[in-house]
Amino acid sequence: MSEHRRSPLYLARASYRRRRLIDAQRLLPIFLFLLYLVPLLWGGAGSDEPIGGGVRGYVHIFTVWIGAIVAAGLIARALMRDDALDSDTAQENPVEPAGKSPFGDGSS
Amino acid sequence: MLSFNLLVLACLSYALFLFAVAFWAEKRAERGQLGWLRSPVIYTLSLSIYCTAWTFYGAVGYAARSGIEFATIYMGPTMVMIGWWWILRKLVRIGRTQRITSVADLISSRYGKSTTLGVLVTVLAVVGTTPYIALQLQSVALSFAVFGVANPGGLVEPDLNHTALWVAAGLVLFTILFGTRNLDANERHHGVVTAIALEAVVKFLGLVGVGIFVVWGIGDGVGDMLARIDASPVSKVNIDGTRFITLTILSGAAFLTLPRMFQVLVVENAEERHLFTAGWAFPLYLFGMSLFVIPIAVVGLDVLPATSNPDMFVLTLPLKYDQQGLATISFLGGFSSATSMVIVAAIALSTMVSNHIVMPIWLSFRKDGATVSGDVRSVVLLSRRLSIAGVLALGYFYFRLSGGSEALAAIGMISFTGIAQVLPAMLGGIFWRGATRTGAIAGILVGFAVWAYTMFLPSFGEAAGYSADLLAHGPWGVNLLRPQALFGVIGVDPVVHAVVWSLALNTGVFLLGSLVSFPRPVERLQGAQFVNVFEHTGSTRSWAQGTAEAEDLLVMAQRIIGASEAQTLFHVEAEAQGKQGYLPDATPQFLERLERELAGSVGAATAHAMLGQIAGGIVVSVEDLMAVADETAQMLEHSSQLELQSEELARTARKLREANEKLTELSIQKDAFLSQISHELRTPMTSIRAFSEILRDGGQSNEPMDPTSLTRFSGIIHDEARRLTRLLDDLLDLSVLENGQVSLNWSRTNLHDVIERALDTTAQGLEGQDLGIERNAISEHIAIETDTDRLAQVFINLIANARKYCDADVPVLRITARRLVNDHIQIDFVDNGSGIPKHKQNMIFEKFSRLTDQAKAGGAGLGLAICREIVANLGGSISYLPGQGGAAFRIDVPRVHHKGR
Repeated sequence: MSEHRRSPLYLARASYRRRRLIDAQRLLPIFLFLLYLVPLLWGGAGSDEPIGGGVRGYVHIFTVWIGAIVAAGLIARALMRDDALDSDTAQENPVEPAGKSPFGDGSS
Repeated sequence: MLSFNLLVLACLSYALFLFAVAFWAEKRAERGQLGWLRSPVIYTLSLSIYCTAWTFYGAVGYAARSGIEFATIYMGPTMVMIGWWWILRKLVRIGRTQRITSVADLISSRYGKSTTLGVLVTVLAVVGTTPYIALQLQSVALSFAVFGVANPGGLVEPDLNHTALWVAAGLVLFTILFGTRNLDANERHHGVVTAIALEAVVKFLGLVGVGIFVVWGIGDGVGDMLARIDASPVSKVNIDGTRFITLTILSGAAFLTLPRMFQVLVVENAEERHLFTAGWAFPLYLFGMSLFVIPIAVVGLDVLPATSNPDMFVLTLPLKYDQQGLATISFLGGFSSATSMVIVAAIALSTMVSNHIVMPIWLSFRKDGATVSGDVRSVVLLSRRLSIAGVLALGYFYFRLSGGSEALAAIGMISFTGIAQVLPAMLGGIFWRGATRTGAIAGILVGFAVWAYTMFLPSFGEAAGYSADLLAHGPWGVNLLRPQALFGVIGVDPVVHAVVWSLALNTGVFLLGSLVSFPRPVERLQGAQFVNVFEHTGSTRSWAQGTAEAEDLLVMAQRIIGASEAQTLFHVEAEAQGKQGYLPDATPQFLERLERELAGSVGAATAHAMLGQIAGGIVVSVEDLMAVADETAQMLEHSSQLELQSEELARTARKLREANEKLTELSIQKDAFLSQISHELRTPMTSIRAFSEILRDGGQSNEPMDPTSLTRFSGIIHDEARRLTRLLDDLLDLSVLENGQVSLNWSRTNLHDVIERALDTTAQGLEGQDLGIERNAISEHIAIETDTDRLAQVFINLIANARKYCDADVPVLRITARRLVNDHIQIDFVDNGSGIPKHKQNMIFEKFSRLTDQAKAGGAGLGLAICREIVANLGGSISYLPGQGGAAFRIDVPRVHHKGR
């Protein structure tokens, strides 16, 4: 691949990877939110744990938390490296693919 | 036991250290050597003002009461930061392109620069933040008391109210010193940001230090700690699912809308790229702050007496084990979290109050607009300083009135819910073009009312009329309106009840209001710019061409952003338009840029109003523009290439037009001069001929002339001949200068001496009235390498002109000299007369140009032309400086002579 450094194929690949990274970046908080709510399903009536699972819930929430931070850090590092590589070409509008609706940037 | 006096000393020296750090950072920023001071690390640390004393002390108390639920307050912001690509990126970009100064400015600016919305959000923010500031004062006072109680023999009597008052006064001083030093065009405060970044480190060390001591000092490592937590009542608490989710979302919302968070997140953001780092580093900070909260709460409940306040475990635990160093760090950590929050909140609120409340009122009181005398900058700065003091005074009184006994968490929650009412208008504004001002105003009003009714006022209890009867049966016995069971929703946690109802009604009304109302043109333009901020980098136009006088704009801009900054801005713009001097054409693009520059100092709504007063008639022009721009906007974007070309053409055309005008005028002048110069030559010639004939005839006649008339006639001949010689000298001088054949005597001298000499020469001036001179002799002492005689000649000419033409009753000439960074010297001569009319300003440096009729002038109109040539030969330039209230000339010469020029 490296000998075709200037070919459109390589560039397309790079910007494709970049968009997927951004997708991952956007999905991350949603995953975090869902995983973080899991302890609400634990314990309660019929078990000897309180709702939330007591110390188990505590460990779970903090594990999910640090996991999301590590994932966010890795994605950010990858994105910044890309940014440094093609900062000249992709600085202006690195995200939105052509033809995407103007509301595509976060109509959550 | 740690001495209380020692603690006060530590606290004071820490505060002094903060002053020093802030001062140092400001100095570096002034010299432009920010370096690592604007790195992503500092940005991340400055975000930590989210963790106030509520976190530092309150989180442990909260965990002791409700277990893991405390984590919701940090999880919400974590999700917002990790998901920064969704919202924060857009907010930061909008903040930078639109020069947003506060959250009120964002909302007001998005909804058509609406003053009403600005006021509304400002009031909401002040009401919501006051309890929070009280909370900070209370926690500092309480932490002092913890040490005071432990050590009653101290010299200083720990009185809660006095402590709080001293802390508040110190904070006012710091905030005014570093928060209102200047009216920066982008509202950044490097000193403050650096100081709060330092405080972030201190509070992190404090809390984590206590945590490590608890886990590995008191406990026996992680395993032991988990067993202790399992055995503790803290882990026996049932999590309330709805509360858990609601609080997470609420804290995320508050993270975006709190004025202080908006200040550090958006306004103080130096570079968009910093979000890459902050996106994971700030959650990591929050994680570290939260990790040890449960262990501290568990151990605190375990080993401390049941009566001790869980909110103070962070201090009382190390004190119990006599860890004096740790207790001091922990104390300073708490002190840091309280002070940094108050400082930033006060800056954010004072900006909002001065831009959205004081300035509009001040403007409306001045009917004749922003161009009248008086300095807008000083008004803005003064109003900010007063607002800072006012905000802290409010906080202090709230603290005194509320008695300071409530649990910390309750106040924080009320504050969060109040300010979160801005969220629907904010998110709607940046993601939905259909959001309108009407909808936003209605939504915020409804949300504010519901919040006050169900949460804020009940917190005062009986004092606000919330009796047990009212809570149980509703006002006038209407069950549906019970404050904590609105519309029959019974059995819900009061916080969830208030949050859900206020935000739901707020959002509902906002959406409905937006759907049924029609936005004004300015709103639609702003809406498109905000929502599509990533698509358009160019801005939409909203100013009609040519309605504003550039000189009026310069006068106004000078008073808001400072004289030299405004002159530079205008000069750069004029050059970009291909014009010379300081007055660019008032094109829509230029007005747009100017408005944004001014918005950085006084807020969007005010800047718009001020420009509106001068430019006038904006509504009509925008409406006209809308009709054209609305449907064709898409097409226009694709033809940006074409636009560039036409811009180039327009620039060339403007240059040509200017050149043509000048040529025409020159040709007229030349004609005028020819007739004038023949007149000038003929008049003395005629009298010389006539009188010499008389002399000749007198000599031939029989009776010789008497000596007196002989002297008189020959005197007239002599005078006229001298006048002729002077005229010819001037012409010769000018032609030599113009051809560059002049030889200059370069020598080193003191500028002061040159000015002095020029003044001496003109002091014995024959014509003109008495002229007062105003100068600052000290600043004139600048060593300069120049041709002393020639430079003095220029000065003499300018001074003589002022003496001749200044038409004020008491004419005064102000001479100022300053050294520029590029090693040039700038000398301004400004008089207090009526100045030179705009259409003449272009021509005064041309040969034979004269403003008044010849009789008064007494010269041939060559003086300024000679001046211009001399200064050009000295390597500098002379220009007319408009907008100074009189005729003003600016000379710009290099300080050192560079050979070969």
